[in-house]
Amino acid sequence: MSQQLLYAIEVSLNGLMAGVLYALVALGFVLIYKASGVFNYAQGVMALFAALTLVGFQNGQIPFAHLINEIFGTQVHHFGWHLPAFLSVLLALAMMVLLAVIVEKLVLKHLINQEPVILFMATIGLAYFLEGFGDLMWGSAIKKIEIGLPYGPSDSIDQFTYDLFGYGFFIDRLDIVAALVAALLVCFLTVFSQYSKIGRALRAVADDHQAALSVGISLRFIWVVVWSVAGFVALVAGVMWGAKSGVQFSLSLIALKALPVLMLGGFTSIPGAIVGGLIIGVGEKLFDFLLGPLVGGATENWFAYVLALVFLVFRPQGLFGERIIERV
Amino acid sequence: MNDSAALMDIRNITLKFGGVTALEDVSFDIQEGEVRAIIGPNGAGKSSMLNVISGFYHPQEGGIWFRGERRPAMPSHRIARQGVARTFQNIALFSRMTTLDNIMTGRVTLMRPNLLTHMLWWGRAEREESEHREKVERIIDFLEIQTIRKTPVGRLPYGLQKRVELGRALAAEPALLLLDEPMAGMNVEEKEDMCRFILDVKEEFGTTIALIEHDMGVVMDVSDRVVVMDYGRKIGDGTPDEVRNNQDVIDAYLGVQH
Ligand SMILES: Nc1ncnc2c1ncn2[C@@H]1O[C@H](COP(=O)(O)OP(=O)(O)O)[C@@H](O)[C@H]1O
Ligand SMILES: [Mg+2]
Repeated sequence: MSQQLLYAIEVSLNGLMAGVLYALVALGFVLIYKASGVFNYAQGVMALFAALTLVGFQNGQIPFAHLINEIFGTQVHHFGWHLPAFLSVLLALAMMVLLAVIVEKLVLKHLINQEPVILFMATIGLAYFLEGFGDLMWGSAIKKIEIGLPYGPSDSIDQFTYDLFGYGFFIDRLDIVAALVAALLVCFLTVFSQYSKIGRALRAVADDHQAALSVGISLRFIWVVVWSVAGFVALVAGVMWGAKSGVQFSLSLIALKALPVLMLGGFTSIPGAIVGGLIIGVGEKLFDFLLGPLVGGATENWFAYVLALVFLVFRPQGLFGERIIERV
Repeated sequence: MNDSAALMDIRNITLKFGGVTALEDVSFDIQEGEVRAIIGPNGAGKSSMLNVISGFYHPQEGGIWFRGERRPAMPSHRIARQGVARTFQNIALFSRMTTLDNIMTGRVTLMRPNLLTHMLWWGRAEREESEHREKVERIIDFLEIQTIRKTPVGRLPYGLQKRVELGRALAAEPALLLLDEPMAGMNVEEKEDMCRFILDVKEEFGTTIALIEHDMGVVMDVSDRVVVMDYGRKIGDGTPDEVRNNQDVIDAYLGVQH
């Protein structure tokens, strides 16, 4: 096999892995969009906040330590414990559920029957609030996630492909884990939204608030559930991205990567988020590999958007999105 | 009327929207097993009354006694769970779901398996699902909508949508069924079908029904007792014959042709 082709395959594989991470972020958006018709601008910040909380709990950081020290002139920073990874994940998850309850109580509850654009504005507000709040609670230093995820290239894949092609592929073990976790998450979410009672209620709420109420579904309960699950997805995405590039502000910008994924896959489809993520991941890396040198590199910044825009022209509802039928 | 037998007793309801008084001191009861019609000209407050009963509107004054007990103020989804199902004047269906799914969703509060049991005891959850499915299929047969089982309801013509909405309300096996203009906008044949379904529901399931209707002929055919409303007040109450001969009613309502 030619060297060029092997490179291309390796690049595509890495693109697939990156795509899985994009898909993870996009999934959080899809969930909330399905249940309330709202593009949750805060999803990226939620991922950041979740990751910050996880690291904070694990390292026994005292929440709001900076604030406390300013007010009381103390010098407290740590509880002095180090929690096991599993426990800190559970605590971070509990925090995201709490966040969902608070968001419902303080924001969503007051916006029943409002236009989606109003809800969208509310999520922008939430994003900025949460960003500041996360900073205040856990500090703004870049943090590392250490919950036992593997790092570095997979030796066995390197060896295997070397034996096969005479060229060893470089695949990050973290990416492989991320792909497995994403696959599990997708299975969970599919069961959740297709087969469970809550899934049925969720689809009902997404479709018509009044009708949902009339069959006995509590909008408020469903919203708490949906935002909790979106918080859970944000936690997973935050951990995976955080493990790759450190937990820091830029993590919240992954939301920007999710937008083209959603445009491609459709805002309402879980499989769409996955396939869209993979297409963008692979497309981005391959494009940069093949044509990057011609156009001066750095194509990864814009390629996803151009691809999504081209796509929009031909299929506005995305690959898997529902066709919008207007009654006349 | 014998109060103790009333399934629902509506007492002195007053409902205001800002300066508009939609309902003023309205009282009537709904007896177990009867078809109770609410009639009156447009804007009389009929829909408002149904919305108060189903908890979508909250009256400023008055109260509702359900099965002999005063009902505390509660959100509409909890009233639905107490066995009050309804349809809407402007049809509120899950337009992206199929007929089958819409009617299945009518049973959502009767479904027990939650996420956890679903994952742990897949078999049991499947069995429950198919039990619900059977009941829903019976309703589909009953309403003669087999051919549109798998059609997304957003694509159905108006008359069929009304029928699906009735099906969804029936699926909840309600103690009280509220129908807001179930025959509005239908042609004669569709109206006859709907009349038949309403009477059959009463006969076969023994469901108590309160319905709003404009067509006097229809009202005479299907209802046991009639409440007449005008400008937010009750101006008549009795059997169709009594109401038809009531001079106030003739003046206020029958003069207005629809
Ligand atoms: N949600 C609402 N907000 C403001 N006014 C309302 C609302 N619902 C009903 N009304 C008013 O209450 C009165 C009765 O309306 P409605 O109950 O819909 O009458 P009907 O169903 O008998 O035609 C009307 O004047 C209407 O404008
Ligand atoms: Mg009305």
